[in-house]
Amino acid sequence: MASNPQTDPTLEALVAQKYRHGFVTDIESDTVPPGLDEDVITFISRKKGEPQFMLDWRLRSYRHWLTMKEPHWAHLRIQPIDYQSISYYSAPKPKADAPKSLEEVDPKLLETYDKLGIPLHERARLAGVAVDAVFDSVSVATTFKERLHKAGVIFCSFSEAVQKYPELVEKYLGSVVPYTDNYFATLNSAVFTDGSFVFVPKGVRCPMELSTYFRINAAKTGQFERTLIVAEEGSHVSYLEGCTAPMRDENQLHAAVVELIALEGAQIKYSTVQNWYPGDENGVGGIYNFVTKRGECRGANSKISWTQVETGSAITWKYPSCILTGDNSVGEFYSVAVANNYQQADTGTKMIHIGKNTRSTIVSKGISAGHGQNAYRGLVKVLPSAINARNFTQCDSLLMGDKCGAHTFPYMEVRTPTASVEHEATTSKIGDDQLFYCLSRGISEEDAVNMIVNGFCKAVFKELPMEFAVEAQNLLAVSLEGSVG
Amino acid sequence: MLTIKNLHALAGEKQVLKGLDLEVGAGEVHAIMGPNGSGKSTLAQVLAGREGYSVTDGSVTYKGKDLLALPPEERAREGVFLAFQYPVEIPGVNNVYLLKAGLNAIRKHRGESEMDAFEFLTLVREKMNLMQMDESFLNRGVNEGFSGGEKKRNEILQMAVLEPALALLDETDSGLDIDALRVVANGVNSLRRQDRAIVMVTHYQRLLDYIEPDKVHVLSDGKIIKSGDKSLALELEKRGYDWVKQEAAA
Ligand SMILES: Nc1ncnc2c1ncn2[C@@H]1O[C@H](COP(=O)(O)OP(=O)(O)OP(=O)(O)O)[C@@H](O)[C@H]1O
Ligand SMILES: [Mg+2]
Repeated sequence: MASNPQTDPTLEALVAQKYRHGFVTDIESDTVPPGLDEDVITFISRKKGEPQFMLDWRLRSYRHWLTMKEPHWAHLRIQPIDYQSISYYSAPKPKADAPKSLEEVDPKLLETYDKLGIPLHERARLAGVAVDAVFDSVSVATTFKERLHKAGVIFCSFSEAVQKYPELVEKYLGSVVPYTDNYFATLNSAVFTDGSFVFVPKGVRCPMELSTYFRINAAKTGQFERTLIVAEEGSHVSYLEGCTAPMRDENQLHAAVVELIALEGAQIKYSTVQNWYPGDENGVGGIYNFVTKRGECRGANSKISWTQVETGSAITWKYPSCILTGDNSVGEFYSVAVANNYQQADTGTKMIHIGKNTRSTIVSKGISAGHGQNAYRGLVKVLPSAINARNFTQCDSLLMGDKCGAHTFPYMEVRTPTASVEHEATTSKIGDDQLFYCLSRGISEEDAVNMIVNGFCKAVFKELPMEFAVEAQNLLAVSLEGSVG
Repeated sequence: MLTIKNLHALAGEKQVLKGLDLEVGAGEVHAIMGPNGSGKSTLAQVLAGREGYSVTDGSVTYKGKDLLALPPEERAREGVFLAFQYPVEIPGVNNVYLLKAGLNAIRKHRGESEMDAFEFLTLVREKMNLMQMDESFLNRGVNEGFSGGEKKRNEILQMAVLEPALALLDETDSGLDIDALRVVANGVNSLRRQDRAIVMVTHYQRLLDYIEPDKVHVLSDGKIIKSGDKSLALELEKRGYDWVKQEAAA
């Protein structure tokens, strides 16, 4: 049967979801007044008791940032960001000092996590997942330190790493994303307040999935997280990042930097489920998410794989990338991006092939609903040195309704004749015939949409660790169907 | 079980059904035959509640209820099942997952408890046996890459699992090879029950050799223009539709 071209009003109603995690925790913050100058940066650095090299690096970054221009993109509609109206440091006031165990953590914080569906105790007990939960800018709880410690794995907040392992931080910080890299990464380098640090020594398989939940809480607070993951020769690590933010009327800037370094034979798997407040149905509020994520397969036979599920943010601008320096190294990118209401997602990846026989795989699934605009932007660059490099790219777009859009911009730059680069792209509308097929089997419209969308994303979801895959499916359900009541 | 009176319906903008009457009792098997484009699939879609098909006049009563007032998923839960002429592919959605979701929605509606994975698999395996389907079909995407015949078999598998009160089979026999036809027909026959009605749309008498209908109807230009017993199908096979049309026009 021919499908009906008209938009299904019920489908639209389903798509018009309400954000579930919209609440603000009332905790007195230790916040610097809005504005940015060298004093503020020095304040942050002092506040965190950093060694001189860190402060120097921050200031170098700041001075470089002043010479840079904010980038502009054809496919994003952006309200101008006033960098002087942002407060660059905000920490929840600890009861005494830093909490040494979960019991010492402010019960209100724990309550917040509970509302977000991250009961720390539960997680700790059940899954064997170490959680380094970041609340605003300061890590408030770290579990499973012991077990990791025994294996020789370092997993701590960035601040702690700067204190305890300054030589590691100094060696690797900025070695994949230099402080001069781009406007937002440079800003981050100047003002970042915290984040996570992971170090897996030679030959060690990290005994558990490492997981961090980020959360933006205080009003008008920019978030500048920094994550650094180093996997030494032959080591393995899987890292999970999850985000969800409470409801806000002003747009909030988030400019994180993630650096991954895989030495010879090492494997890093980095998974993100991102659920920041996307703005209301008119596009008001929501998080501006400008993230620089990059991994380098520095050693031969190493592998980095990025998996991301993006359901939130007003604006997402994000290209997790792999630099394949080592011979035979492998880069992977699996992505699901949802753009609903007035959300704008501009995501993709860059695969830079430098070493011989390097391979990369890109699977991108874009879902657009409402007035959402989804753009995939990918660059596959094969340098002359990358003999026999291989890339496979698959980009699929799913449209729900007729007011949304999907755009694909694949760029290829291949400078060796021995390389093979393949690109496949499809765009489909969520079929009325598929929907009706499910309905005629007794399945509700909500479940049916959920089922079809999840089916569309399957190739990406199967790359996620088990517990994350379930969460990702739930998130998709929330972002596309709305929980009734 | 099903009473259709003076049904007028549009498919999109086109007036396809133009005053159709049909009465199907519990336990009966009816065959609907008729030329291409006469409205057989439209009737099936209207009964299943597909959007884009609007009823402009007439009524449909199912188990004493106004069927047309129910949304499609409610009709399914009340026991109406449509085996599609062209089953849809839903990539990435497990065949077995869809089936389980459907069955549990229907059970819930009936006030029964949801089936757990083990009970469910036992049931599906048994029905797959009946349909002589390989277990690998369970984990494939819904109709994804199925051959034409496999899709039809899968429809009847769903019927066997969902156990509807009223099954509408739209050209379930088309595209089946000779052996598959026998298997599918056996499947349908095993589902014949006192409290279940089956309405089959078909172009071929051969299906009716296997599944003997209580009644045969000719649908032409949006109306049932002739009804009879199984001998009518034999006659149609021999003589085509023209004589019926002429008879009706006279
Ligand atoms: N959505 C639609 N919009 C416009 N016309 C339609 C639509 N659906 C069906 N039609 C038309 O309505 C008529 C009846 O179609 P229908 O599919 O019911 O025929 P059928 O009797 O099942 O035919 P066949 O034996 O070929 O399967 C056809 O002329 C068809 O082209
Ligand atoms: Mg038909």
